[in-house]
Amino acid sequence: MAALPTGEVLKPADAEQLGEALRWAVAETRPLEVVGGGTKRQLGRPVQSAALLDLSALSKIENYEPEELVLSARAATPLAEIEAALAARDQMLAFEPADYGRLYATANDCANGSRATLGGALACNLSGPRRIKAGAARDHLLGFKAVSGRAETFKAGGRVVKNVTGYDLCKLLAGSYGTLAAMSEVTIKVLPAPERTRTVLLFGLDDAAAIGALGAAVASPHEVSGAAHLPVPAARRSAVAYVSGAGAAVTAVRVEGFGPSVLARCAALRAQLGHLGAIEELHSKHSLTLWQEVRDATLLGAGAEGAAPRPLWRLSVPPSEGPAVAARLQAETEAEALFDWAGGLVWLAVAPSADAAHEAVRASVAAAGGHATLIRAAPEVRATVPVFQPQPPALAALSARIKANFDPAGVLNPGRMYAGV
Amino acid sequence: MRMPLPDQAVIAQRTELVAALREIVAADDVIADEAALRAYECDALSAYRQLPFLVVLPRDTGEVSRVLKLCGARGVKVVPRGAGTGLSGGALPLADAVTLALGKFNRILEIDYANRCVVTQPGVANLAISQAVDAAGFYYAPDPSSQIACSIGGNVAENAGGVHCLKYGLTTNNLLGLEMVLMDGEVVRFGGKQFDSEGYDLLGLTTGSEGLLGVITEVTVRILPKPSSVCALLLGFASNEAAGACVAEIIGAGIIPAGLEMMDRPAIHATEDYCHPGYPLDAEAILICELDGPEVEVDHLVARVRDFAEGCGATSVRVSQSEEERLRYWLGRKSAFPAAARIAPDYYVMDGTIPRARMPEVLNRIAALAREYDLLVANVFHAGDGNLHPLIMYDANNPGELERTEEMGSKILKYCVEVGGVLTGEHGVGVEKRDLMGEMFNEDDLNQQQRVKCAFDPAQLLNPGKMFPTLHRCAELGRMHVHRGQAAFPHLPRF
Repeated sequence: MAALPTGEVLKPADAEQLGEALRWAVAETRPLEVVGGGTKRQLGRPVQSAALLDLSALSKIENYEPEELVLSARAATPLAEIEAALAARDQMLAFEPADYGRLYATANDCANGSRATLGGALACNLSGPRRIKAGAARDHLLGFKAVSGRAETFKAGGRVVKNVTGYDLCKLLAGSYGTLAAMSEVTIKVLPAPERTRTVLLFGLDDAAAIGALGAAVASPHEVSGAAHLPVPAARRSAVAYVSGAGAAVTAVRVEGFGPSVLARCAALRAQLGHLGAIEELHSKHSLTLWQEVRDATLLGAGAEGAAPRPLWRLSVPPSEGPAVAARLQAETEAEALFDWAGGLVWLAVAPSADAAHEAVRASVAAAGGHATLIRAAPEVRATVPVFQPQPPALAALSARIKANFDPAGVLNPGRMYAGV
Repeated sequence: MRMPLPDQAVIAQRTELVAALREIVAADDVIADEAALRAYECDALSAYRQLPFLVVLPRDTGEVSRVLKLCGARGVKVVPRGAGTGLSGGALPLADAVTLALGKFNRILEIDYANRCVVTQPGVANLAISQAVDAAGFYYAPDPSSQIACSIGGNVAENAGGVHCLKYGLTTNNLLGLEMVLMDGEVVRFGGKQFDSEGYDLLGLTTGSEGLLGVITEVTVRILPKPSSVCALLLGFASNEAAGACVAEIIGAGIIPAGLEMMDRPAIHATEDYCHPGYPLDAEAILICELDGPEVEVDHLVARVRDFAEGCGATSVRVSQSEEERLRYWLGRKSAFPAAARIAPDYYVMDGTIPRARMPEVLNRIAALAREYDLLVANVFHAGDGNLHPLIMYDANNPGELERTEEMGSKILKYCVEVGGVLTGEHGVGVEKRDLMGEMFNEDDLNQQQRVKCAFDPAQLLNPGKMFPTLHRCAELGRMHVHRGQAAFPHLPRF
């Protein structure tokens, strides 16, 4: 993990102290870097802060009602703790939160287990492969308590799924990277865990054929809950022998649910896709491993040992455009790709450089529609290259007005997303 | 209903404004005569009426932009309107506001099967989207009961739900992109055909914003492959408690049905009289449980749900044997509103959401209130997600009866909040629940919401008088209360 800033560290023990921390920051005009478990500090533009607001003490499952499919927890409760509590009642976070921590971590960090928090996953709106079926992190945030950059404590949403009372500030806070308010407590929707998971694998398809096959699978009535394509180099890095040993590109379609239904749907998918070539099926444990690798984007690799890690881009595009976006980029620069969300999520690792090939990436996305985020790059690169997709002027102005209304003094993660926001 | 005082300076410039608007849109697209304006005086919450100042029917985004810019520059308020089927008075006109009706935005622009989405203008009816993609095996999941008539733009503005949102989500969970015009005429786009928007999630923020943040001019929705089979169970119970226990068993077993609806005795009898769906008349409560998916899954789950129902003492269990039978089960549920209309001259639909487990006690409380207020109430209920729709029947011609109905309704909603629920699950706050917002939110909560309004519409010209009980000026909301040097912040742990 990067060294802590030399400034002060504020570590509130409860929501009241969190309010006090913000009152101090506003009164003294001291910008804060907001941190939960600290696993994603390298995600976003480097924050120019005077102090660290460490929320890690706000950690406790407050209220879990399995029969209501709802859970409230203090914002910095570790994801691992939440997931264990849910698993004990055969439930899960259906949005399958990604843990990008591994992309930045040293071997030592990994050995200690992830400290990624629920609040962090929600604040960055990190959703895994199941996004295509179950929705994004933002779709599961039902309510929160937070302190704004005005040092005012406020709440929004509730503890029920169906709620249209007032503006949906949950959506606004999810994906705001801590730039609008520091959440102290969140309430989320949880769902039953599937009884069974299986993955149908296709081998040797090129990118375009693979995305075509995945499109057909998600357009079928077989309720596909994961649709990824691993070109040869990515497939080779998998810990699942069926995948790494295939010697070919691997295209994966996941099916989850009640036992008899999973078996029937797998059979139907094999029949539907069988004409495309060799086919295989992964059962529970291997299937879980593969989808975790896809979820956390760990299959692209950091690059040569001892060299700077390869910059990593995350592109969100219309699914059918995925292969063309990757091909355009690969024609211009050395880039390795991985596809999730049936082509709608493209991961690209590019050769290390001062600008992380950002012009080529932006041009490629602009042609397709969508946006690109520079998930991993050296701090000096992230300070000069836009990390998030630059916005048209009207949208940028609107975002800036929202920021100004939540955090007029600019004390919460200033500049994390955009300069001035 | 207390509304913002009409601005006499605006009313005085009516003739001038009509002329200026007719330079932007075709002359016929500005409605200024009283008889024609009458058609727009209310939405489906017809207890509240107000003749609009003017109605404008724009035909494209450019016209919307120029109309808003003109109104913005002249300080004229604007009330956006879709199909007028809303149940919370969100499209209630104002005496000094232009009602901007999007009915001419009635074309589906693009059907993109490769990306499983449809790009449409906002005036297209909800059901028309599903019909357009039906032959290809797709549908649009959210299905509010007014889906034949309600517009997709209105669905977005209200974040509409429906019986299938238990499994497939509300409008907000099925949207990919929006084009919106702000009050200053600026056109912005949120999202697109990709799965998430960049920057702040303004797509999510504006969905359900009830026409207070901008005017929707284009919508991109996800479409889903139709399930390969569907089956419904019709379950009768001797008490609300037994039906509630069965709901808890189903959800507790990890089953998320496509729909899970409950009706109480008055609702069963009203709908049976109205359209004869064949409901068990000996039951105190019925559940309709719909399961969809591969045939083998549906068969498996039907058997399990049947077991749960029998374990909870169901007095009757029927499993639909044909599509015709399944639709008949739904016919009664979907006819609950017109059935109520036949019993009483007027009815008032409530929309609170409660934690599922509190359902029996909330129904008992509603029954007690009905006795106290001497009003007939029928309950239809999205039991799977705790969204309650009591229908209070009344006669507006009896002096004081509307007021009694409103008072009883607000007591029901306050009770929903008291047991951990919310004021509205899918109909919106509008004018109807505006003055109850304080039951759920304190002043700081509401101020922060209004600051969102200030970022979009600082002069507060777009749909004022809706959603917020008190309107603060944006300058006042923007002020920071800083207590410089006040404090050593003694309780703050530092390292």
